[in-house]
Amino acid sequence: MTTKLSNAQIAWRAAQDIPDGAYVNLGIGFPEMVAKFKPDGREVIYHTENGVLDFGEAPAEGEEDWDLINAGKKAVTLNPGASFFHHADSFAMVRGGHLDVAILGAYEVAENGDLANWSTGPGSVPAVGGAMDLVHGAKRVCVITDHVTKKGTPKLVKKCSLPLTGVGCVTTVYTSLAVIDIVDGRFVLREKLPTMSIEELQAVTGAELVIDGPVVDLIVPEV
Amino acid sequence: MKKVYPGIEDALADVQDGMSVMIGGFGGSGAPIELIHSLVNRYRETGSPRNLTVINNNAGNGAIGIAAMIYAGMVKKMVCSFPRSSDPKAFTDKYLAGEIELELVPQGTLAERIRAGGAGIPAFYTPTSYGTLVAEGKPIAEFDGRKYVQERWLKADVAIIKADIADTKGNLTFNKAARNFSPLMAMAAKLTIVQARKVVPAGEIDPEHVVTPGIFVDRVVEVSDPKQEEVLLREGVKA
Repeated sequence: MTTKLSNAQIAWRAAQDIPDGAYVNLGIGFPEMVAKFKPDGREVIYHTENGVLDFGEAPAEGEEDWDLINAGKKAVTLNPGASFFHHADSFAMVRGGHLDVAILGAYEVAENGDLANWSTGPGSVPAVGGAMDLVHGAKRVCVITDHVTKKGTPKLVKKCSLPLTGVGCVTTVYTSLAVIDIVDGRFVLREKLPTMSIEELQAVTGAELVIDGPVVDLIVPEV
Repeated sequence: MKKVYPGIEDALADVQDGMSVMIGGFGGSGAPIELIHSLVNRYRETGSPRNLTVINNNAGNGAIGIAAMIYAGMVKKMVCSFPRSSDPKAFTDKYLAGEIELELVPQGTLAERIRAGGAGIPAFYTPTSYGTLVAEGKPIAEFDGRKYVQERWLKADVAIIKADIADTKGNLTFNKAARNFSPLMAMAAKLTIVQARKVVPAGEIDPEHVVTPGIFVDRVVEVSDPKQEEVLLREGVKA
């Protein structure tokens, strides 16, 4: 019995909602996994902050061109129709609202759509990269995350306790237990694991889960 | 017009103590390794240039490139968006010890500030960073019902960048994603110094293919087989 989705399964679920023809930016690390699960028959064009549209998979080992990398500094390849551009054009694509979807990780998401994902507070080296730009640029800003922290505390909260990446910016959260839209400052539950009751899900969520329309079973294949 | 310099040291001779230096590159892609290490070598031999403010997306990786500058002790302050890397020890240790300053700038804001600097636009508004620590102390304004943060232009005394092909008039092309910040930095610095894999006579680059027009470029030096930071890191090269 599934008690929670793996990271790959969360990425798979997020990938199902990316429409054909979408321009998409995937954050460094876990979000990069979403590209693996693009449904067959859909064309998705990936943007990377450092100036490439329509990059493809990683090259074979030994075939890397280290002038051709993604935001995570990993070597990539190009799809037919790819293009290069400088950083100001790259962020015009982001901040000008030209991207359809951005997918990021999170430390915390608040019910009003606030996101904290760049700083764990004092004592660490702060690093923001392009996250603060992406959360205000893409038409849909999606978060993929475990539903709770490693210590078991909710990551979906009433108000973020960590430094914010952006205010009221998140559209949808795909977690290890549920799919939740943020609508008018509330967490609206769309899908949940069938093995879990709404009460059980609410118990590990730090703010009210609103039921507004059908709640569908979150069913994800083993991937 | 004489933009082409025969040697790296001559091309860099006017980089002096206390200057702000924009350095092209995103991680190792586009990092002008030979120019950087010429400055490091001069610092090691003469103690200058020092107290530099370095503007780059990152803050060095391993022990070469910008990390070598930080290890050497030439850098007073980093202006960057992402001071992390696979081996960020050079910056992290000095930062946590309070020996280097950091101005953290969101990546798109960093690019736009540099572009604005090059385009003569002293400030602009962006939604990026509104409501975050990064916006503290900055003017906020509302346009069409949404809040925006005022950001100022960013200029520098010098830009050092890596191009693929340069012509004798300073027109540049770049290799793949290695262009990143370099065309913007070339615009925003008082003195732009370029290392190019190949220098060709004016007219040999198709004007349709010029990425950075020569008006933004002051000095060009040919480095025909440039080192790639990522390759050096993987080879375990130390400074």
